[in-house]
Amino acid sequence: MTVMTYRDALNQALREELKRDESVFLMGEEVAEYNGAYKVSRGLLDEFGPKRIVDTPITELGFAGVGVGAAMVGLRPVIEFMTWNFALLAIDQVVNAAAKMLYMSNGQYKMPMVFRGPNGSALQLGAQHSQAWDSWFAHIPGLKVVSPGTPADAKGLLKAAIRDDNPVIVLEGEMLYNTKGEVDDNPDLIVPIGKAELKREGDHCTIVCFGKMVLVALQAADQLAKQGVNVDVLDLRTVRPMDVEAIATSVAKTNRAVVVEEGWEVCGIGAQVVDYIQRECFDDLDAPVVRVHQADVPMPYAKNLEKLAKPDAAKTIAAVKRVMYLED
Amino acid sequence: MAKKNTSSPATPLTASARDTAIGYLHSMLAQRRFEEKCAEAYAIGKIGGFCHLYIGQEAVSTGTLSLLRADDYVITAYRDHGLALARGMTPREVMAELFGRAAGCSGGKGGSMHLFNQKLNFLGGHGIVGGHIPIATGVGFAISYRGGDQVCVCFFGEAAVNIGAFHEALNMASLWNLPVVFIIENNRYGMGTAIARSTAQQDVVKRAEAYAMIGTSVDGQDVFAVHDEIGVAVERARKEHRPTLVEVRTTRFMGHSMSDAASGTYRSKEELDQSMQRDPIALLKKKMLSDGMLTEDDYKKMDDEAKAAAQDSWDFADAAPEPAPEELFTHVLSDESTVGATNEPALAGASR
Repeated sequence: MTVMTYRDALNQALREELKRDESVFLMGEEVAEYNGAYKVSRGLLDEFGPKRIVDTPITELGFAGVGVGAAMVGLRPVIEFMTWNFALLAIDQVVNAAAKMLYMSNGQYKMPMVFRGPNGSALQLGAQHSQAWDSWFAHIPGLKVVSPGTPADAKGLLKAAIRDDNPVIVLEGEMLYNTKGEVDDNPDLIVPIGKAELKREGDHCTIVCFGKMVLVALQAADQLAKQGVNVDVLDLRTVRPMDVEAIATSVAKTNRAVVVEEGWEVCGIGAQVVDYIQRECFDDLDAPVVRVHQADVPMPYAKNLEKLAKPDAAKTIAAVKRVMYLED
Repeated sequence: MAKKNTSSPATPLTASARDTAIGYLHSMLAQRRFEEKCAEAYAIGKIGGFCHLYIGQEAVSTGTLSLLRADDYVITAYRDHGLALARGMTPREVMAELFGRAAGCSGGKGGSMHLFNQKLNFLGGHGIVGGHIPIATGVGFAISYRGGDQVCVCFFGEAAVNIGAFHEALNMASLWNLPVVFIIENNRYGMGTAIARSTAQQDVVKRAEAYAMIGTSVDGQDVFAVHDEIGVAVERARKEHRPTLVEVRTTRFMGHSMSDAASGTYRSKEELDQSMQRDPIALLKKKMLSDGMLTEDDYKKMDDEAKAAAQDSWDFADAAPEPAPEELFTHVLSDESTVGATNEPALAGASR
């Protein structure tokens, strides 16, 4: 075990997989000579050369399509979007090509590729650079979508994504790159896609979370514990396919649930989680499930408004208290 | 960059020249008679959805794909039946796909616009205008990555040059010296919009200059001219690893799809009639007759064979079983793990 940042954990995952498999390459804007806009690819050009660490023009749709073509004929592309906000330009390649190729070709053309990059809001970047895309991609059959919240999960899930024969969307938390945690040094270790993890145990309520909201949920759990409320913090880690069994197991124990997500409310991941809960745990529930999410507005720039718009520990605590019918 | 119009070279009357010409005629007749059957099947509901016929453009598919090796790659848009057949797919597997049958080249799950055959390196049939052009660049990237000498040939209509994907794909292909031949099948209509109403620079091959790429134009109704001109581009890709943009000037004799008439709305009957004077099959036949490569009897025999093969593909497809219901859920993911939804067969698709 080594303590390292989320950024370095991703870097290590890339390095290990590039070393392990010659067919893996990394492509995107500023990934090579600039060492990555967020330094996730730092040092990789020196180690693996320009054939495998490929700088592209600013052309998201184009290089996403290059990845699709390369994957069709057997390479394992890792396509980096400088941020997922720019990936909207490439969504035709992600949705219409990568996600559907296997099905449309009746199993002939696999898509062993990864689309990755920072997701969600940072600080005062304004409306066009501050959004979480989890639910957009989770909506699409043919994709897998992971949203790691810790360095260990970032490394293990990115490695699993690169080894997966399907297109995998890796949503990295932009605000998580500098966070630290223990990471296993074993290069053979992966975190399986589709498996949630209980990050903290408690009997009173379940907080379902993923991505950046894992830290928010853990923060809320700490403060709640001081008030005598002990919660399960269930980190989905993968939002598609979702670990419904883990959700049901936790809710059957606690009888109450709060879902926290960074994205917007309408048709969000939380809506899907609530659907699973009402189907799988209808008789277990002691209260309606409450969701915490970004305010239903484009992200404002002003510091005070931005804070109001974002889900945080205080809002999560309020939600837990509401499902427990506790006075705030 | 150099741009030239190539006329058909004089083909010497040798046995191999005759074999080549016979091969072309065979391929073009197979496509023509097959698609005439498609139109018939569509009219009575045997084929559903969208169906874009290639009739009139057969010299492009035949002239180009006859240049390729088995390990080269072919990718195209949704007007893909002719190219699939010219690449070597059987009329049966294509017709079965159009009929939505399990024996189709895509298991009945692709349809007219999504023909695939991995054994033939036929990378599809793609339905979004221009969307497959970057994919072709990616195939070229993979060839180059592995140090191979294959070529990827990518077909699209002239209307696709106006979409961003075209620009992005050609820029990278040239920047990275990738072995891709980009072929504009210029039939002068993007669906119902004439090129003059959609494209500021109607001399579309001039776009090549923006990518420091060689661009050439050729008469797409002359199979020999197509073969020779694109042959240069294929060799350039294979030996010099340089992409080329080739404009092939052609005409579709049908509507954009089975939903619109061949003429009378956006295209005049006079214009179409005039274009149809240059039917690529009639031109080839005439040349072969005058060169002594073919008799009327030979032609009739070949045409009858093509018609019989088309009818056979219909009979086969019509009798072929539909995909089994459980095929609905196969090949969503390669490992068949949960697709993320509950997918209870009794409820999937129903409002819950």
